[in-house]
Amino acid sequence: MDLSFSLIGNAIVAGLLLGGFYAAVSVGVSISFGMLDVVNIAHPAFIILGSYIALTLNGLLGIDPIVCAVLISPAFFALGMIVYRAYYLCFEQRGRDALRGLAFFFGLLFITEVGLVLVFGVDYRTVNTPYSETAWHLGVLDFPLRLVVPFCVSVAVIFGLHQLLRRTFFGRAVLAVAQDPLALRLMGVNPTRIRELAFALSIATAGIAGSFLIIIQPVQPSIGREYIGLVFAVCVLGGMGSVYGTLAGAVILGLAETFTATFFGPSWAPAVSFGLLLCTLAVRPAGLFGR
Amino acid sequence: MSTAAPGPGPLLRVEGVTKRFGGFVALDGVDLQVGAGERVGLIGPNGSGKSTLVNCITGTLRNEGGRITFNGEDVTGMPAHRRTRRGLARSFQIPKPFTSMSVLDNLRIPLLYAAGAQAGARRISERESGDQAMEILVSVGLGGKAHEMSGGLTQVDMRKLELARAIAARPRLLIADEAMAGLSSSEVDDILQLLASMKERGIAVVMIEHIMRAVMRFSERVAVLVAGRKIVDGDPAMVIAHPEVQKAYLGE
Amino acid sequence: MSNRLFAAIAGVVAAAFIGLNAAVTNDYFFSAAYIVLLYVILSTAWNILGGYTGYVNFGTAGFFALGVYTSVVLFKAFKAPLPVMIVAGTLVAAVAGLGVGYLTLRLRGHFFAIATLALAVMLFTFVTNWDYAGGARGAYVIAPREAPFGFGHYIRYLYAVMVVLAAASIVVARAIEHSKLGRGLAAIRDDELAAECAGVPTLRLKLVSTTISGGMMGLAGTTFPLFISFIEPTSAFSLTYAVNAIAMPVIGGMNTWMGPLIGAVLLGTVQQLVQVTVSSAWNLLIVGVLLVLFVTMAPSGIMGWVRTRQHRRRAP
Repeated sequence: MDLSFSLIGNAIVAGLLLGGFYAAVSVGVSISFGMLDVVNIAHPAFIILGSYIALTLNGLLGIDPIVCAVLISPAFFALGMIVYRAYYLCFEQRGRDALRGLAFFFGLLFITEVGLVLVFGVDYRTVNTPYSETAWHLGVLDFPLRLVVPFCVSVAVIFGLHQLLRRTFFGRAVLAVAQDPLALRLMGVNPTRIRELAFALSIATAGIAGSFLIIIQPVQPSIGREYIGLVFAVCVLGGMGSVYGTLAGAVILGLAETFTATFFGPSWAPAVSFGLLLCTLAVRPAGLFGR
Repeated sequence: MSTAAPGPGPLLRVEGVTKRFGGFVALDGVDLQVGAGERVGLIGPNGSGKSTLVNCITGTLRNEGGRITFNGEDVTGMPAHRRTRRGLARSFQIPKPFTSMSVLDNLRIPLLYAAGAQAGARRISERESGDQAMEILVSVGLGGKAHEMSGGLTQVDMRKLELARAIAARPRLLIADEAMAGLSSSEVDDILQLLASMKERGIAVVMIEHIMRAVMRFSERVAVLVAGRKIVDGDPAMVIAHPEVQKAYLGE
Repeated sequence: MSNRLFAAIAGVVAAAFIGLNAAVTNDYFFSAAYIVLLYVILSTAWNILGGYTGYVNFGTAGFFALGVYTSVVLFKAFKAPLPVMIVAGTLVAAVAGLGVGYLTLRLRGHFFAIATLALAVMLFTFVTNWDYAGGARGAYVIAPREAPFGFGHYIRYLYAVMVVLAAASIVVARAIEHSKLGRGLAAIRDDELAAECAGVPTLRLKLVSTTISGGMMGLAGTTFPLFISFIEPTSAFSLTYAVNAIAMPVIGGMNTWMGPLIGAVLLGTVQQLVQVTVSSAWNLLIVGVLLVLFVTMAPSGIMGWVRTRQHRRRAP
């Protein structure tokens, strides 16, 4: 095997770019699982849903997926509120143990996947944008725009979320709601409402990430399940609830995946995220940056 | 009564126990001793670390520093279920009944797993555990509700169930964590009587409470925890009059 | 009713079901019945961990596939007889259950659930890349033309084997439920912290539960290669098994051995009947919807509804 600088260099570049995107994919779970303690394993299903909606809008109206992301985020925000309300009424309010809630989200994941199969079929779909085939070149390193553009927007989303959580009242309320809901209540803020809005925010990020996904790779309904491992691996690695930690975890995972694909073949890639997740859980469950 | 032979020294010895949550020091070098059959009250303002101390003693939390010796044996780092089997039981501040089971079946669990696993104990049959459970239930006043589902009990009955379940583990020391919070005056007396009867069973009791009259009536000795440190430990009347205690509870 | 008496009754019922061999001439019945029996074992297995202990397992497909592929490998290597495949597959899956449990059960329940999913995906990736077991292209496992013990067509023999395995699984599940272990598991499910403080060795019991549950799921898979003749990863790891293994106990009722049996028989039979008319995608969609509906609105399932009515009748 040719261990040239070009091969390794491009693997690193691809890994970094992919990592940025993975951060956008996972930051929603960092919020819902890391901060709200809701194990939404259906998160990838919402991502794929976003992909297909972007696909449809692109097909019907020729809208670029990045623009789609902006357009559909309010709809996904509303969807998130509905899902949380159902979850809250059936599980949290009754104090029923969260593990039954897992079955609920699993059912949602499943229904979404099968629903998409029924509507769109099982073939791989993709969207071609004007920049899909273009790549920037820096010496021997390639920077494919279909990775660069989502990377840039993803990092912007991450940065924006971080600022939202640290600087705004709503953001700090979200950080507080995990630690001390009673204190929030005493301040006149309804913790349930905060949780609802935070969860809706996480689903909105899923819709956005989904729109990016369809630029990066071909999509079919069942890949949602492969992303479950990725999403939770990133969150656990990054120390749940930390937005920048999610970015770090995502970059690590992106690099691990591209290196595996380059040197062992792409068919091993799905095992990487889950393998990394299992290792992290076994060795250091608090993650790299967790408390 | 636990079948373990008594070791030398006090029943429970807590030495220099420290517990941190991130940067926050919940317990800072706490010492405490409880003798066999003794009745100790543990008081302190909210957030002073009482529950954390209980959790460290019983093993549901791991303390970072210090040592916990029970019945002459070092139990630091031992998982909670093994401490319970050695005779260290607790009740929870917010009752945690096994809701899918009847009141009687709730007691079978500690009878089978804690009392039944003590050194020298033989396996007890289904009927024996039922009989023993019934006996305990009658003694705490829950005899009539033995076959009711534990999830639908009244507040005071749930507290009694918590204590009954702890008794069923045949402990030598019972830590009652705010067993009377939120109860009416006569209900408090009920629980107090229950705890007082522990002496006849040879069970030492550590009572964590905010209800002062209960603590004063019950305790042979009172320890006070403020901001993770024990500030005084001794005769109840002396402790209450102590200036530091007055300051902690009433402010300057 | 004592375990021995129940086992005896189960044995009689099983014998009666096997006796159907003489009465029914249509082979399709045995194929359909095989699948239903498979689900009886899978949902009973899932329920030991899910319903009795309260830990959700999403990786049913992974443990099932361990049983399947152990059989495939043994068949290719030694043309091993069925009993050997059954024992080996069960052991392999049991060890995997123990392993996953040991890695993750000291953490919260969610991590265990995700780890089971991780195991399933990793196994899938591994098997897809493993050419000896057929890899992505699949492997053929052709059953002998004549079945032993004079059963005639092999499917009838497999059906009889599955009847015995299903009966055994139910006997085991019931024995656990009524034992000291079962009480301990129920305590863990109701309140793990209180159970631990009541002297229940929660970690140990949880490990026992995952081992038995995983092993039983593998057991369900051991006869599958001979049933389906052509094994390829996508069908062996199909999401259908994962969802059904959860939906059937949820719908039937999770607290008792009867729930998974009812759920498997009801849902399994309906799916077999409906398969001819409705596409598999619609079929799965309906199962998914049922799962969500039951989990949110009727979490105690059918058995729960029966119990509530019994209670009401008893109380004056």
